[in-house]
Amino acid sequence: MSRRVAVCAVAQIKNEPDIWYQRFQGMLLECFEELIKKTGVTFDMDKGIRNIVTCSDDVFDARTISDSGMADVVGAHLRGEKKSAQNGINALGYGMSMILSGHDDLVLVMGHCKESQSESRNMCTNLAYDPFYLRPLGLDFLNVSAFQAREFMKKSNITDEHLAKIVVRSRKNASKNPFARENGSISEKDVISSPYLSDPVRELHQYPVTDWAVGLLLCCEERANEFTDKPVWLTGFGNCMDSYFPGDRELTSNFALKKAAARAYKMAGVKDPKTDIDLFELNDAIAYQLPLWAEGLGLVPEGESDLWVESDGMDRHHVNLSGGMLNGNPIMLSGLARAVECFLQLRGEAENRQVDGVKRALAHGTTGGAGQHHGVIILEK
Amino acid sequence: MNIEKDNQFVIEGKLALPYQYFSGRTGSRFLIRLRDDKKINGLKCNACNKVFVPPRSTCEICGETIQDNWVEVKDTGTVTGFTVVRYSEPHQPVKAPYILALIKLDGADTPFAHIVQGIAIENMKVGLKVKAKFAEKTTSTIMDINCFMPAG
Repeated sequence: MSRRVAVCAVAQIKNEPDIWYQRFQGMLLECFEELIKKTGVTFDMDKGIRNIVTCSDDVFDARTISDSGMADVVGAHLRGEKKSAQNGINALGYGMSMILSGHDDLVLVMGHCKESQSESRNMCTNLAYDPFYLRPLGLDFLNVSAFQAREFMKKSNITDEHLAKIVVRSRKNASKNPFARENGSISEKDVISSPYLSDPVRELHQYPVTDWAVGLLLCCEERANEFTDKPVWLTGFGNCMDSYFPGDRELTSNFALKKAAARAYKMAGVKDPKTDIDLFELNDAIAYQLPLWAEGLGLVPEGESDLWVESDGMDRHHVNLSGGMLNGNPIMLSGLARAVECFLQLRGEAENRQVDGVKRALAHGTTGGAGQHHGVIILEK
Repeated sequence: MNIEKDNQFVIEGKLALPYQYFSGRTGSRFLIRLRDDKKINGLKCNACNKVFVPPRSTCEICGETIQDNWVEVKDTGTVTGFTVVRYSEPHQPVKAPYILALIKLDGADTPFAHIVQGIAIENMKVGLKVKAKFAEKTTSTIMDINCFMPAG
């Protein structure tokens, strides 16, 4: 049985602070129509798309079962549809399993999120916590991540200067990405002097509020050439969920990420990520997470990411050339944004941020405060 | 008609659904002990030798049912991690800035989240010994512990 799934095409709109002029449906419809145009795929029940995976979040949409109102604009009318309310990296994982199981030849993955419409992103993520022990205290993904930030910065000697370098680099890389949110350039001094949101996390350490939509067409190996002459292959997937209560977790151990990566590496035949993978896209919602996740993926020895940041390891290993989540991708879709960048790089379509000779790339997504859940996907040429 | 940003039509909404969350047999017992006796209880997995606070009926490590293994933990403990929340938003119980901490209660193995007061922000540190200050008026929630204060 085939062990790989083709990504035939991707379509995205630009990441923006506030897409006030379009509804969710309109954002996604643009991606949908572009995918149809690029691939000529149909919705014939024998030969076309019979199943769609959508990715969205009820609370961010302020609408329960948020996928139900999207079916008609993603071609999911009168056929199969399932929703991922976790990071979109899992939507790709679902799509892979649907195809590898033989149930479907083609799967459309469609994600949307408008963070700008809620009064507060933190109020949304506060609702992820239980109403008995955590929610009443005001816990949300930002302040729970701040627990992790403090512990990790101590463990790996990460300083405010390291974090400033990460943020400035993210903005610089994003300026070469035509789909990235336009944030303007900033200096390391701006980052270091930006006010604390939740110590030690500063305002400029956190990704800005962003709206975005994206779509990908997945296909079984046997039929990929019907839709593209340049498929990118999904060859490995792994995910893992850590404990729910922040206090139950070893916040800097990267437990879930190591498990997720190990499964993806095994499936794709990756022995050493440092040499076997040419490009990495990590889910850095907050600046400190970039070196933390790099340690978890085995890219950097544990506790040594300070040296890695100082010695330009991020450039050497081609990490987050898209600008990363840090520059702005909405929650839930950040893993799909990572996968899209890997896709473009593997196809040689990353324009002036293109790396030569990329054969294998890694896309990563997280869900929850302080990276409770991790998903890892390996993509190959 | 051309819709520009200043005349875009928006519908104001608010997710507000009156709702009753059943706290479960285990959660109810924890909250009742807290409300009536001002005692903090955990559940112990004897196989893993681990005391969980907040309590849960099943050990997540070995899967053993531990719902009857109640142990009382102390109302004192040690801060294992903290942050100073500087932003003010409606979901917060107190006005910012406030200190949110992970506190390992004496007798428990899993640090427990709560608010620390009674210490200047600049003096806050990991390793601080703290003691629970119980609320004067019960709400039958975790806020029956008003906050933790530096001990001694």
